[in-house]
Amino acid sequence: MLQQVHSNANIRSLNFREAAFRKTLSLSAILLIVLLISIFLTLLVSSLPSIQAIGLKFLYQKVWDPVANEFGALPFLAGTLMTSALAILISTPFALAIGLFLGEYYPRGWISGLIKNAVELLAGIPSVILGFWGIFTIVPIVRAIEMRVGAVPSGVGILAASIILAIMITPFSASLIRLVISMVPLHLKEAAYALGATRFEVVRFVIIPYIRSGMSAGILLALGRALGETMAVTMLIGNTQIIPKSIFDTGNTMASVIANEFTEATGKIYFSALIETGLVLFVVTTIINIIGVRIIKRFES
Amino acid sequence: MESTILRTENLNAFFGDAHVLKDVSIEIPKNTITAIMGPSGCGKSTFIRCINRMHELTENAYSTGKIYINDEDIFSYNATLLRRSVGMVFQRPNPFNTMNIFENVIAGYTLNRYKLSKSEKEQLVEESLRKAVLWDEVKDNLHKKGTFLSGGQQQRLCIARSIAMKPSILLLDEPTSALDPISTAKIEELLLALKSNYTIVIVTHNMQQAGRISDDTAFFYMGELTEWDKTKTIFTNPKKVQTQNYITGRFG
Amino acid sequence: MKKYFTFRDARNLIFKFLIILLTILSVIPLLAILAYIFKQGISVINWNFLTSLPKPVGEVGGGILNAIVGSLMIISVAALIAIPIGVTTGVYFAEQSRTRIYNLAHLAVDVLQGIPSIVIGIIIYIWVVKPFGTFTSLSGSIALAIMMLPSIIKSTEETLKMVPSSFKEAALSLGVPYYKTMISVIIPAGLSGILNGIILGIARVAGETAPLLFTAFGNPFLNTNILKPTASLPLVIFNYATSPYEDWHNLAWGASFILVVIILFLNILTKLAEKRWKVQF
Repeated sequence: MLQQVHSNANIRSLNFREAAFRKTLSLSAILLIVLLISIFLTLLVSSLPSIQAIGLKFLYQKVWDPVANEFGALPFLAGTLMTSALAILISTPFALAIGLFLGEYYPRGWISGLIKNAVELLAGIPSVILGFWGIFTIVPIVRAIEMRVGAVPSGVGILAASIILAIMITPFSASLIRLVISMVPLHLKEAAYALGATRFEVVRFVIIPYIRSGMSAGILLALGRALGETMAVTMLIGNTQIIPKSIFDTGNTMASVIANEFTEATGKIYFSALIETGLVLFVVTTIINIIGVRIIKRFES
Repeated sequence: MESTILRTENLNAFFGDAHVLKDVSIEIPKNTITAIMGPSGCGKSTFIRCINRMHELTENAYSTGKIYINDEDIFSYNATLLRRSVGMVFQRPNPFNTMNIFENVIAGYTLNRYKLSKSEKEQLVEESLRKAVLWDEVKDNLHKKGTFLSGGQQQRLCIARSIAMKPSILLLDEPTSALDPISTAKIEELLLALKSNYTIVIVTHNMQQAGRISDDTAFFYMGELTEWDKTKTIFTNPKKVQTQNYITGRFG
Repeated sequence: MKKYFTFRDARNLIFKFLIILLTILSVIPLLAILAYIFKQGISVINWNFLTSLPKPVGEVGGGILNAIVGSLMIISVAALIAIPIGVTTGVYFAEQSRTRIYNLAHLAVDVLQGIPSIVIGIIIYIWVVKPFGTFTSLSGSIALAIMMLPSIIKSTEETLKMVPSSFKEAALSLGVPYYKTMISVIIPAGLSGILNGIILGIARVAGETAPLLFTAFGNPFLNTNILKPTASLPLVIFNYATSPYEDWHNLAWGASFILVVIILFLNILTKLAEKRWKVQF
């Protein structure tokens, strides 16, 4: 036997340290759960004054006028929906193209590496810098379009914000789409090729149907991202409290109104109303994310 | 009769509901080599993993019955401390890749925070590597990581690491099945040399290996200890049908 | 049999061309942005820019020292908070079997990753800024720490799951207790991957503005006190960019240049580290 005296004290301290380690691990997991629940509860509790004062009207009242103590969130619910939907519309073809490019047409080689790095780099550019760039590049373009079309040439507005949003979410959905495309079993594609299908036909009849659920998850998760985007949108949307009637109008999103007005929110109801906006944002993005992740998990198995 | 160092009484082992060892009672004499043999799934790996209480580390795995080392009930002992007195070498060599050769040999001491002076460490490393017949091949590269070593050399490093702890029993789970014949021969030689200071229990698939180095052989079949005797006897005059069939190659 | 170029072949070719076209078009914004930042920013960068504080509007000169120091301070404290919690939780996920708590915690990480950064800002305002009575660098760090957690947790979990179980077995068979096996054998074996996740997390939060809007808030002066409001690169970019003064726009371009260079550098670091890590096993 090893010539060491294993005293009882030694064994006790050993057992203590083992138990302490395991407890610490469990504790950190519990901490995470508690953190999340606390975030939700804090939003809820701080929204209560506004919920009690305004009630359900909050969601469909058209006027947001802090001075007159009227808080209807419809303008920025509409703004959020419009910008996100338009952004998804614009970005999906590009994301799909990139996904096919990297997942099917050029999965290896220097071209693949180049495009992959470019897309990842784009994803890494901070929102505020994209917004800044957008002011000087996207806005003039939109203004030119508006003058052509005969709309008010403000430049900023739903269209500009949607474009920058589309640029921001494309890398994210592209990488997700690439992921699900790479999971299409080789034998399915080979069977199609063996029957004389062209590549396009394999994409259309084998790949796309196979990844349908994965792709919808990708779009869902991209939507979640778009809903929560703050800085670039704030800088390009015009920040007005009207319900936008066309893409050339200015408006606001839930995130941008919080960013703009939070520090100046005096008055209990005003403050609480902004937090209630945050609560709506939180609930909607969380639900979308959970559904999206579930779909992806099911797709992977 | 040589003194018995390891003894099991009605050892049963389970993975959840699966009953993988059934009423195994065996006595291993000191300073011998005992081969544990049997077809795949017969419980031989589980058996030796019970001896150093590694079996219970798997989720839902447990055992019943008694195991005595030097007449001490190992289940009344702290498991972690027990494992410092029983060495184990695995099928695939697994030297720690964050440590160099020197550090690997004395890993059991440094990780368990046993204090050794510099000269004690150097002495222990040389002694263990010599016993594992690896010293000459690595003595100039002790402070390099072992990634340049061949499979056989890595396995001898693992043996050195185990015997550095000065265990009374050395357990080996098919230690040469992943190695080439030359490395296998080297390890068999060193096990024979180690016999005088250690008691060796070796699980092996290879009948010729058992024939070459073991004094006793225990034959397992479907979780039961079917037959256990001097190796010569098992191979020339087995008493049970299953043993006979295994030896003559009826099943593998 | 003669081979004809059929309608199907034409369609196939057109589709491929379309895919390539759209992909290249997607990359163009990146090139445009980088080119613009480079062009506008490079002329602003000089030693004075990096080492002096902002000047009032109209005065020449001025720099972003407060932002550089502020960002460094906020991010290092955030890392200090996030790394222990993140790595520990990652170990939990790698080691623990699927229990109720495991599943809930895993869900919590996924949800946490999707929370809009502005909402995190609100939360930390309520939890930290209000009680303290002032905007603080610390509150900004806490907000960024929460945003770093999912990245660190996920990469720690993935890395440790890839460490061969043979190391654990070898250590345990030597009589090394479980906790020591994890701390002294398994985690060191996965260190590169864990570090990778940390750098990735830092790169992600380095450019975040929204969570700092009502926590760190900003500061035109140099500040090294974590209990005071602090400037940061994304914040000054936002403030200068949305101002009507061209001088300040130039400062914003310079700051954007610095920020993009830092993030680029961090991303390259993770790519190199990833290569080194993948070779190990």
